[in-house]
Amino acid sequence: MAENKPTPKVKKKAVPMPKQKPEVRRRNFNEVALGYTEEQAIEEASRCLQCPKPQCVPGCPVEIDIPAFIKLIREGKFDEAVKKIKEKNSLPAICGRVCPQEEQCQMNCVLGKAGDPINIGRLERFVADWERQKGVTIPEKAPATGKKVAIIGAGPAGLTAAADLAKLGHEVVIFEALHLPGGVLVYGIPEFRLPKSIVQAEVDYIKKLGVELRLGYLIGRIHTIPELLKEEGFDAVFIGTGAGLPQFLGVPGENLGGIYSANEFLIRVNLMKSYAFPEYDTPIRIGRHVVVIGGGNVAMDSARSALRLGAEEVCIVYRRSREEMPARKEEIENAEEEGIICKFLANPTRFIGDEKGWVKQMECICMELGSPDESGRRRPVPVKGSEFIMDVDTVIVAIGRTPNPIIQRTTEGLAVTKWGTIVVDEDGRTSLEGVYAGGDIVTGEATVISAMGASKKAAKAIHEYLMNKK
Amino acid sequence: MYKIVAKKELAPKIKLFEVYAPEIAEKAKPGQFIILIIDEKGERIPLTIAGYDRKKGTVTFVFNEVGKTTKQLGLLKEGDSITNITGPLGNPSEIKNFGNVLCIGGGVMIAPMLLQVKALREAGNAVTTVIGARIKDLLFFEEEMKALSHKFYVATDDGSKGYEGLGFLKELIEKNRFDRCIAMGPVVMMKTVCEITKPFGIPTIVTLTPIMVDGMGMCGVCRVTVGGQMKFACVDGPEFDGHLVDFDGLINRQRMFLPEERLSSLLWEKLGGCGCGGK
Ligand SMILES: Cc1cc2nc3c(=O)[nH]c(=O)nc-3n(C[C@H](O)[C@H](O)[C@H](O)COP(=O)(O)OP(=O)(O)OC[C@H]3O[C@@H](n4cnc5c(N)ncnc54)[C@H](O)[C@@H]3O)c2cc1C
Ligand SMILES: Cc1cc2nc3c(=O)[nH]c(=O)nc-3n(C[C@H](O)[C@H](O)[C@H](O)COP(=O)(O)OP(=O)(O)OC[C@H]3O[C@@H](n4cnc5c(N)ncnc54)[C@H](O)[C@@H]3O)c2cc1C
Ligand code: SF4
Ligand code: FES
Repeated sequence: MAENKPTPKVKKKAVPMPKQKPEVRRRNFNEVALGYTEEQAIEEASRCLQCPKPQCVPGCPVEIDIPAFIKLIREGKFDEAVKKIKEKNSLPAICGRVCPQEEQCQMNCVLGKAGDPINIGRLERFVADWERQKGVTIPEKAPATGKKVAIIGAGPAGLTAAADLAKLGHEVVIFEALHLPGGVLVYGIPEFRLPKSIVQAEVDYIKKLGVELRLGYLIGRIHTIPELLKEEGFDAVFIGTGAGLPQFLGVPGENLGGIYSANEFLIRVNLMKSYAFPEYDTPIRIGRHVVVIGGGNVAMDSARSALRLGAEEVCIVYRRSREEMPARKEEIENAEEEGIICKFLANPTRFIGDEKGWVKQMECICMELGSPDESGRRRPVPVKGSEFIMDVDTVIVAIGRTPNPIIQRTTEGLAVTKWGTIVVDEDGRTSLEGVYAGGDIVTGEATVISAMGASKKAAKAIHEYLMNKK
Repeated sequence: MYKIVAKKELAPKIKLFEVYAPEIAEKAKPGQFIILIIDEKGERIPLTIAGYDRKKGTVTFVFNEVGKTTKQLGLLKEGDSITNITGPLGNPSEIKNFGNVLCIGGGVMIAPMLLQVKALREAGNAVTTVIGARIKDLLFFEEEMKALSHKFYVATDDGSKGYEGLGFLKELIEKNRFDRCIAMGPVVMMKTVCEITKPFGIPTIVTLTPIMVDGMGMCGVCRVTVGGQMKFACVDGPEFDGHLVDFDGLINRQRMFLPEERLSSLLWEKLGGCGCGGK
């Protein structure tokens, strides 16, 4: 297009994201990043070089045609831009907020070599929000096939598979164990990073596609998978039950009051809304000196939530150094801006309680980095005799989560690894006929986008299976 | 939404609800529990299944009004609905012919104990039952329990009916050879029972009731120490070998939110949510 002549000099600096000021946001649960305006989005989109061989696309786990949607934004065709994204990604408002773009598409962007890469995630978020405000249109559904699919778990994996299968004309029922749908999106990731109204909008969209949601159904206890197939009339099952089993440190004193798993803490705060206690009935107690153990996104979310609940001081204790921290860079920066302190190379060895059984101190040992382990990160080793004591009154343990075990325990013949994840082929087929799986239950703790990618593949395979099944 | 089809007051502050939940009724077994949430702002609370009728499609539970949620629940009437009920949760009790079984139900847990006693009888056991409460007014299901038991005893903390306290169990055990003991009730009561049965080497099964949130193994708040290992009561239990349980740890964890629970209950009463009009 003639009017889109490449600017002679590429703008190296990205358009910054408007955010709530740290001193304000550290005490509220409103979203931190405020989103681009139309002008800002067009300006950022205009920096894109429209590379003939775009490096960004292979970095995207679901291969969104990135330059194409950016071009549409630049031309002000936001409607078409969303459509372009939705060809590959059905949850753009969510992914635009929580995907680790800096390790995916944006890491590969050529502009990143001599300046800032294009802010692909922020553009994705912009068009998705634009569409939501205007009102989402429901796509045409294929004629009914008469086949029934059961989806277990209403996290990103389950919701995506449900949407794809419903569009293909199948009758879809989601069984979710909790009383609200969304998986980690509602019980884990806090409001200030992903407003629950956005998750609700996605769920509403899926309901409008005709998907039935049954809440409070723990599959394995109420119905087993063989029962769903044999007695309840389902032709296929998709398992998207996630990795929600919290890990503990296994050190003395861990059962004292005031010590939460990150999951307990986040479930109370997000799912049960205990930040609004006593208006909401579920309590949470936050002390003055909060310590979060761990260095991932879950640790950051816990620490930042604790601060917002009124903690005086929040300290993250991580056994390796800053370079090895698995959390997104942006979130570490956000946390530090808000006043959260990081203490590296330390690991708890025991907790000491007061006379009421509440934690009052934590003993740690200093660590140093040794040779790299299987993951390629340097292994932390304790320094003999370096123990020290910290005063604490709340501890949040965020050292990892493993697969939810109920399905594996109650489904005979389902092949499972020694880590408890479900074994599947590249299309998501499990060892049982008609049973598919995807998301964290297959990979262990991963990302929203990878869960979505896997369940899209599985939905395709389920469709083929159903159409060939007599 | 789950409709309440019958409501009964069994004793002061102890109420029975029968709710229409056909899928749960179909799968429920003795020893399992449900988690309910009254409304959108509510707390998720676990209650043990005290009965089910597969034909009618109903599930029964009995609760004690101890705090905000159970008091609010107690105000619901026949025909009202509960937003969500999840279940059945937890592992079912092991029911088979053990021989001679001693069943001890305390307080509100007398209700689910009746269900166990029925199942144990059907499996061919000889059942000796003890029901207990703080005072005699809080006892219920006496006739029902008596009808099912080979031998039947009552105990109260203050001696207002039957034996005073559980001390008499020692003698009872010395005189009878029990193959198994099952205790459900307040933690202190189960602890006492275990201390009495341990020297006799009678396998003793207890139902642990720590604080729970999700009830499906995701939060870890229900962690208890059994045989020196961390267990999640909601998925590994709720029944455990009582001789291996760290009861003091459990008591401590149950008290964790006491100030908040009191505040919640008090505010609710002050604001008139309890139906007193704020008086
Ligand atoms: C605090 C936190 C922050 C995170 N931040 C990010 C981030 O910024 N970016 C990112 O990409 N990823 C992030 N992740 C990871 C991401 O959320 C997960 O990888 C993703 O949610 C996995 O999706 P899923 O659908 O496989 O599982 P989940 O989201 O875990 O959903 C599984 C659902 O299945 C239900 N379920 C489980 N068992 C049963 C059963 N037997 N019957 C019925 N239902 C059942 C569960 O209740 C749950 O709702 C974060 C995770 C956490 C915990
Ligand atoms: C597996 C399981 C099965 C249960 N079955 C039954 C049942 O059949 N009938 C019944 O009445 N109760 C049962 N309980 C206990 C019941 O869940 C609690 O009484 C209820 O959650 C209290 O809620 P609340 O808001 O009314 O009171 P809260 O305000 O939360 O608590 C009020 C008082 O009750 C005590 N309390 C709170 N939670 C528990 C608990 N889990 N166990 C014992 N005391 C507690 C508190 O220490 C406090 O003193 C069970 C608990 C579990 C874990
Ligand atoms: S690599 Fe960067 S500049 Fe090139 S097309 Fe992708 S986003 Fe645009
Ligand atoms: S109640 Fe959450 S793990 Fe048991």
